[in-house]
Amino acid sequence: MFEQFDAVMLARIQFAFTISFHFIFPAFSIGLASYLAVLEGLWLKTGKQIYMDLFKYWIKIFAVTFAMGVVSGIVMSYQFGTNWAVFSDKAGPVIGPLMAYEVLTAFFLEAGFLGVMLFGMNKVGKKLHFTATLMVAIGTFISAFWILSVNSWMQTPTGHEIAANGQFVPGDSWWDIVFNPSFPYRLFHTLMATYLTTAFVVGGVGAWHLLKDKTNLHARKMFSMAMWMAALVAPVQIFAGDLHGLNTLEHQPAKVMAMEGHYDSYPDGAPLILFGIPNSEEKRVDYKIEIPKLSSLILKHDLNAPLDGLDTIPDADEPPVGMVFWSFRIMVGIGFAMLGIGLWSLFARYRKTLYDWPLLHKAALVMAPSGFVAVIAGWITTEVGRQPYTVYGLLRTADSVSPLAAPAVAASLVAFIIVYFFVFGAGTWYIMRLMSKAPKIGEKGVKSTETGPVRTAGIAPGPAQKDSPAFEPRPAE
Amino acid sequence: MDLTVIWAFIIAFAVFAYVVMDGFDLGIGIIFPAFEVGDARDQAMNSIAPVWDGNETWLVLGGGGLLAAFPLAYAIILPATYPLIIIMLLGLVFRGVAFEFRWRDPDHRAFWDFAFTAGSFAAAFSQGMILGALLQGVEVADRAYAGSWFDWFTPYTLLTGMGTVAGYALLGATWLIWKTEHGAQDMAYRLAKPAAVVTLALMAAVSLYTPFLDSQYWTRWFEMPNILFAAQVPLLVLILTYFLFRGLHKKQEAAPFLISLGLFFLGMAGLGISMFPYIVPDQITIWDAAVPESSQIFMLVGVAITVPLILVYTGWAYWVFRGKVGTEGYH
Repeated sequence: MFEQFDAVMLARIQFAFTISFHFIFPAFSIGLASYLAVLEGLWLKTGKQIYMDLFKYWIKIFAVTFAMGVVSGIVMSYQFGTNWAVFSDKAGPVIGPLMAYEVLTAFFLEAGFLGVMLFGMNKVGKKLHFTATLMVAIGTFISAFWILSVNSWMQTPTGHEIAANGQFVPGDSWWDIVFNPSFPYRLFHTLMATYLTTAFVVGGVGAWHLLKDKTNLHARKMFSMAMWMAALVAPVQIFAGDLHGLNTLEHQPAKVMAMEGHYDSYPDGAPLILFGIPNSEEKRVDYKIEIPKLSSLILKHDLNAPLDGLDTIPDADEPPVGMVFWSFRIMVGIGFAMLGIGLWSLFARYRKTLYDWPLLHKAALVMAPSGFVAVIAGWITTEVGRQPYTVYGLLRTADSVSPLAAPAVAASLVAFIIVYFFVFGAGTWYIMRLMSKAPKIGEKGVKSTETGPVRTAGIAPGPAQKDSPAFEPRPAE
Repeated sequence: MDLTVIWAFIIAFAVFAYVVMDGFDLGIGIIFPAFEVGDARDQAMNSIAPVWDGNETWLVLGGGGLLAAFPLAYAIILPATYPLIIIMLLGLVFRGVAFEFRWRDPDHRAFWDFAFTAGSFAAAFSQGMILGALLQGVEVADRAYAGSWFDWFTPYTLLTGMGTVAGYALLGATWLIWKTEHGAQDMAYRLAKPAAVVTLALMAAVSLYTPFLDSQYWTRWFEMPNILFAAQVPLLVLILTYFLFRGLHKKQEAAPFLISLGLFFLGMAGLGISMFPYIVPDQITIWDAAVPESSQIFMLVGVAITVPLILVYTGWAYWVFRGKVGTEGYH
């Protein structure tokens, strides 16, 4: 897969590693922030204790997740400069302002109100506290808006000019840069992905506790809410993904060819390759199982529409097919599995057995981490599919890198890997431990000064509670 | 006053805001081992738990703002101080998660407390060294860093690193004087004096060392009419030093912290006088590194609207958690 571990390849691996690890946390915390806002809003509206209990249950998990998102995010804001200095210098005038807007309009908002959200329950009034929760949730959205605008501009650059010194500089309209062609699709697709990711985590935790005690009202409530989300959002997401794919076909045809595994052009209807082993040496997909004409139908809405393949793209401009082909299939596969669970839950509601169908609960439990796998696979699809460019068609990855020595990049990569697995492994373990505790009446929130054994999960030690993690941690790759 | 100068001030403001706000967070981490396990440590942690994340965000604005307003400087300084940046980031990772993890895992609290201290120390030391590395100059050729991997490692940068650690410790100690009571506050008073002495000694050492680094600083500081401005800085430092020790002696609570902020401000002002108009000393001026005007204006609109708002709601968050942390914590 890698010809050689030169500085460029190492820098790419480092970026991929740090961004993948980072994105795991916002993928969960964007959706969770919204869920917390909904819970607190429902509590304010109805006054029902169950909503406050669930709010306090999930806010502890949110606090740990958010902290990990923050620290891994700071790393990202310096990754551009350490390993990708040429890219920073050249693209800075265009993407820098967008990222500055992200800090100004999102990060400060989230961080500024987070303290009140976590620790201010008894310091400010109910409405003001709800405002803080809302601000954190809105902040996560604004953050997604700007950073996805940056990424989309790198994929489908518009609205810029190229200056004499080789820099990309803004043209007449910032609007064209921010709202570049792939941005609306990517933004919607990503936000839905975070909602689904969160829904399946919440649903999985609810399912786990229902398997242990199907009478637990708190577990029922969270499971039900999560399954509504899954049933509603999964089909919307598949539809949005399809539109996003058509947009990609229009602007980045080579990426779609790699996703589809189309090494060859098909003048009269291209097949959909379900599975196979892309063979980049021979430029063909081995052992493939395909459905004739279906790819043309999906992409062109016509069975016999011609589709170009990678044979029309110069070798030097091709993305690596194997990774893109596989990551795309993993993402789509999980998307349909999520749809399946959503429909199953609707059927269970119809049968009135939503809380009384262990097989459904087991399936939901298995699917709990699936959102993370899907979002990482999706990012691999779109980012590796952008290769060999950082700014699509205009700036090559090989020309974006800092003047680096491979040993330095390798050393820092090793340091990141060791620290990340250790720190975020511990964090994931703590989250699992919180999730393994059953949600209950009179749930305690994040209290910053409770010390001693009480503090372990904010739950007073009751009669011999089993303290085993909910499920074994699975790495999200 | 052109836009580039305005942007230089905005970046300087972000860096200053970061240094003082996260400075006391990191400082608490640095002096943390001196505090007794239990109540004193919990008070120290709780005094910053609700605000540290907002404080750290100024670092993202500093880095992100540098990329946005002076991408060439960002593209030179980061590779030039590559290992320091990585150490700083990893230090901040440990420091940041320690806030949450120490509560989640009482069995390993001692370890996360250690991670909190080690991470804070590493971040503070590397930040000071990055500053020193920049002041002593970096090699540039063809819009890129052209030096070697360890140019940043010199006696001078060790001095600036230690100075930053001591300065942060002073901020941390004086913050705790303000926010805590009983044993924790007594310990903070005891730590503040040596921290102040060491900080001032290292500030003086760095100030004496700097003009010999490079003729430019000499000219900037000691020739007319610059000396008229430059001379004010040490004078004001002396005045503040007097009030700082007087405040510590009289057991004042808020004054020592505010005076320490003043000392940091003077240090930054001295730095600004030394560097202006260069962003990479002797190599790249702020105008060389600046983005086109359209980028500057686009961002300036955002800054003009958001920064006042940020200051308001950040101020409000501090206001919500005003007063002593208390042994009972936030109720």
